Amino acid sequence: MRRFLLQVACVAISLFMAVPIYLIALAAFSSRASLNRFPLPLLPTDFSTETLSGFLGSTGVIPSAINSVMVGLSTVVLALLIGVPAGYALARYAFRGKQPYQLFLLLTRALPIVVLSVPLARIFLTSGLYDTTYAVTLLHTALALPTTVLITSAVFVAVSPEQEEAAQIFGASPLQAFVRIVMPQALPGIAAAAVFTFVMSWNEVLGASILTLNQRTLPAQVLSTLSFSPLAYRFAGGFALVVPALVFIAIMRKYLLNMWGTTLR
Amino acid sequence: MTTARRPILLIVPSLVFMTALFAWPLVVAVGQAFTGPGGPTTAHVERMLDDPYFWPAARNTALLIVALIPVQFALALTMALILRERPKFSGFYFYVWVVPLAVSDLAAGLVWLAVFTDRGYLNSVLSTFGFDGYPFLSHEHPTTMFIAVVVAELWRATSLVFVIIVAGLQGVPKDYDEAAEVFGAGYWKRLRHVILPQLRPSLQVALILRTILALETFAVAQALTGRNLPLLVGETYQWYDFLQNPNVASAIALVILSVSLLAAFGYLRLMRESR
Repeated sequence: MRRFLLQVACVAISLFMAVPIYLIALAAFSSRASLNRFPLPLLPTDFSTETLSGFLGSTGVIPSAINSVMVGLSTVVLALLIGVPAGYALARYAFRGKQPYQLFLLLTRALPIVVLSVPLARIFLTSGLYDTTYAVTLLHTALALPTTVLITSAVFVAVSPEQEEAAQIFGASPLQAFVRIVMPQALPGIAAAAVFTFVMSWNEVLGASILTLNQRTLPAQVLSTLSFSPLAYRFAGGFALVVPALVFIAIMRKYLLNMWGTTLR
Repeated sequence: MTTARRPILLIVPSLVFMTALFAWPLVVAVGQAFTGPGGPTTAHVERMLDDPYFWPAARNTALLIVALIPVQFALALTMALILRERPKFSGFYFYVWVVPLAVSDLAAGLVWLAVFTDRGYLNSVLSTFGFDGYPFLSHEHPTTMFIAVVVAELWRATSLVFVIIVAGLQGVPKDYDEAAEVFGAGYWKRLRHVILPQLRPSLQVALILRTILALETFAVAQALTGRNLPLLVGETYQWYDFLQNPNVASAIALVILSVSLLAAFGYLRLMRESR
């Protein structure tokens, strides 16, 4: 009886989590005509790519999707370039200022994006970066950097320092020891950090909206056209934004507990 | 390069970058909010306070936190405790329950728009069962509009709390629990006196994190209600994007920052105590 009730609860919660995803997919793959019908069919009776292709064909959608990918990838590269050394330092060395530095990292995570975006728009206006993908990349890197440092430092802690020291005893330089010994072992964890950063950038909407006018990212494009676009466009946009999230969770299943559960607390 | 200087060199790039992109904008924000053409002024702050949308936005943001977070924590805790009983298919359930973790707030708003909109899926289901449709998101029905935002946020962000609690539960040794059971403690007694006290650090951290994030709720409400349910971050966006007034936008942003910092300091203190 107890087992049965547990299963009932599990199914109920699963439905709450999964049904909305099903419905947005259903809406995105319905024709415009059937979206205008009422009541809406709850089963995929007339499958059509009309709504989705209409969305993708709307002005600005494809360019903004390209911008989103560009910003995401550059954010990953920049955040890793700056974050990995810092994560390594936190994992391997005891140094003066380590505590304040960690405190600083935690504090920056409490800074709301909105507080940075408005003044950054002013700063970028005067420096000519406003309305470029670089501006959004810089903001997203700043937002991702604390988590990148924390994740990579957790990754490096897990790689034993003895092997690295042994390599150095046998004549490898510190850099060689890092590249040949540490990197291969740390790579899966760093890849996880990279995927995490990409999704954060892909999802961020407020800062991207404030920092751009024409060079929108996809969420910023959808947000700025929200109030005057038809429902079909909004459903298709919602679906397009959800798909990468599904892929992400599928890839990251193994790392989820460590990343959100422990490291990023 | 001596070993003593190496860690400093490794963290300097991140320090420089974050100072440039965190500290400098903060200084500029204070400048924007408190200076005008004629020097220091409180005109922008007064304008913010006089705006008819400001106090409703502040009230809605506070209400959202108060209404959302207890329900969210109860649900997340239930989910984690259910999985702890290792039901069949628990791997599959875990996967489904964490899917919203990576869904953005804008996407979540659009997903639930498909459900709550006038001719959307919820009304479709209601009408198949013979009920009349209900305009949940109409500005004449602020209560259902608010509930829609709470439900969407509950769906999107409960996974985060859930994952933190599951990770916390892994650190709770089963022995204590089993010992209490041997001595005849029922499930509720064990939950209250054995499991929950050991989960306290995880729960506290999740609470502060979610409070800060809930303060920033924005795109969910935009997608579902436009400006009909004003929230603080949404007002910043309004003032910046539509009213072209970065000064008042900065003033509101600083209000959000102050509340967030208060929450963050609470967070840091709790972290220290739990060590």
